[in-house]
Amino acid sequence: MKSSPAEYYQRDREWHPPALTPDYKTSVTRSPKFALISLENTVSEITGPRFGHSDIDAADNDLLHNYAADGHSAIGERIIVHGRVLDENARPVPNTLVEAWQANAGGRYRHKKDMYLAPIDPNFGGCGRTITDADGYYYFRTVKPGAYPWRNWVNSWRPAHIHLSVFGAAFAQRLITQLYFEGDPLIPKCPIIKTLSDSRAVDQLTAKLDMNATIPLDTIAYKFDIVLRGRRSTLFENRLEGN
Amino acid sequence: MTDYLKETPSQTAGPFVHIGLAPGAAGFDIYAHELGGDIAGPNAAGERIRVEGLVIDATGSPVKDVLLETWQANAAGVYAHPESTGDVEDGFRGFGRVITNFDSGEWAFDTIKPGPVVGRSGSIQAPHINLWIVARGINVGLNTRIYFEDEAAANAVDPVLNVIEWENRRATLLAKRSERNGQIIYRFDICLQGDNETVFFDI
Repeated sequence: MKSSPAEYYQRDREWHPPALTPDYKTSVTRSPKFALISLENTVSEITGPRFGHSDIDAADNDLLHNYAADGHSAIGERIIVHGRVLDENARPVPNTLVEAWQANAGGRYRHKKDMYLAPIDPNFGGCGRTITDADGYYYFRTVKPGAYPWRNWVNSWRPAHIHLSVFGAAFAQRLITQLYFEGDPLIPKCPIIKTLSDSRAVDQLTAKLDMNATIPLDTIAYKFDIVLRGRRSTLFENRLEGN
Repeated sequence: MTDYLKETPSQTAGPFVHIGLAPGAAGFDIYAHELGGDIAGPNAAGERIRVEGLVIDATGSPVKDVLLETWQANAAGVYAHPESTGDVEDGFRGFGRVITNFDSGEWAFDTIKPGPVVGRSGSIQAPHINLWIVARGINVGLNTRIYFEDEAAANAVDPVLNVIEWENRRATLLAKRSERNGQIIYRFDICLQGDNETVFFDI
C-alpha cells in the first residue's frame, strides 16, 4: 500500500467553535487548555468504521413511527428533514451512517436524566438513523422538536434543534452537530450557537423550509445538507532524508 | 476563488447523546441492534483485554455524561477498511461505543490488543487505539490515542508520540497494565484540563 495516504483537508478550527466558550458555561471545565497537537493523517485517521443496511432497519429513519404503538404516531408538527451528505469538494458521500436524536414536540427528551416538566410522548422515542444512498442523499420523518429551558443563564432556552451524527469514510471525518430551523427567534440568543464566531457558520446549521419537498396536506419539509472534510486528489510524497 | 464547500461546523453532542447513539443507556430499547457494542468479535486473534478509566474535568470530577468512540486495528495491524492492506477476522469491526456508569463516570470496553500499524513514509506506529470523545461542554469532539505502557520499545520510536514536544506529556497516552481475576486490564484516565491534561490531537 501507499506508505503515506492522501490526506483530508485540515479542519478550519476558526470555523468550528473553540474549546473554551465561557458563555456556554459547561465548556469552562471541559475544555483542554493546551493546544491540540497537529497530526498528519496516517492509516489510523483515513480509515474508519463502515456500516451497511444489515446494521440498521429500513424504518429506523421514521421517528413518527419507530417507537409508536401499532396504529399510533408521535404527537407534533409532522416534518421531513432531508438533504445530502457532501464533502468539501462538493462530492456526495454515499453509504454513510447518519444518526439523529431530538426532544419531542414539547421539548422533553426520553432520557433517564431529563427531568423537564413537559410530558413524555409514549409514541415517540426521539432517535433515528439512516444510510445515505449513492448520491449522498438522506431523509428522516419526525416531529418538529420543541424549545426547552436549560441551566446556563437563569433563563436560557435552546432553540428547536435536532442533533446529527455523521461518519463519512474516515475517522478524520467524524462529526456531530445540531440542526436549527429557519426563522427561530431563539437562535440569536443561544449560548451554544454563539460559540460560532461567523454568522455564515450559523446559517449553515439552519435548515431551510423546502416547499417543493413538502407533501401537501401531510408533512412540511426542511432541507439540510451536511458537509464533511474533503480530501486531496493528488499526492506528492515527501521522502525523508536517507529513505 | 475556489468553489470548495465549508465543513459543517461542529456543535456539542449535549447531555443526551445516548438517545441517539446508545438509546439503551438512555433507558429505552428501540433498535434491533445498537452499534459499537462488540469491537473485536469472537474470532479475532490476539490478547483479550479490557480498557477502563474515567474522563476527568478541570475540578478533578468525573465526567459522567461522556461518550467515547474507539477505532482500532486487529492484532495484525489491519483496520476493517478497504484502505488498510490485509484482511480482518470475520466479525472484527474495530469500532466501539463506550458509555459511562452515570453514577460513577467509570467506563470500560473489551477488545483485543491491536498490533503495530504502518505509519507515514514506511515508519511503524506502536499499537494504539484511536479515541473520539464527545459530551456536553465539548464543542468539537476530542481526538486522542491510547498507547500501552508495556510496549516501551515500540512507543519509543512511535512517530506520533515523538511529535509531542514535551516528553513528560507523552505519558498521558500510556494505558497502565494490570491483571484482575485472570483478566488483563489497562487503565486509561483522561484529563480534559489541568495539571495532567491528556494530549489531544488535531487530526
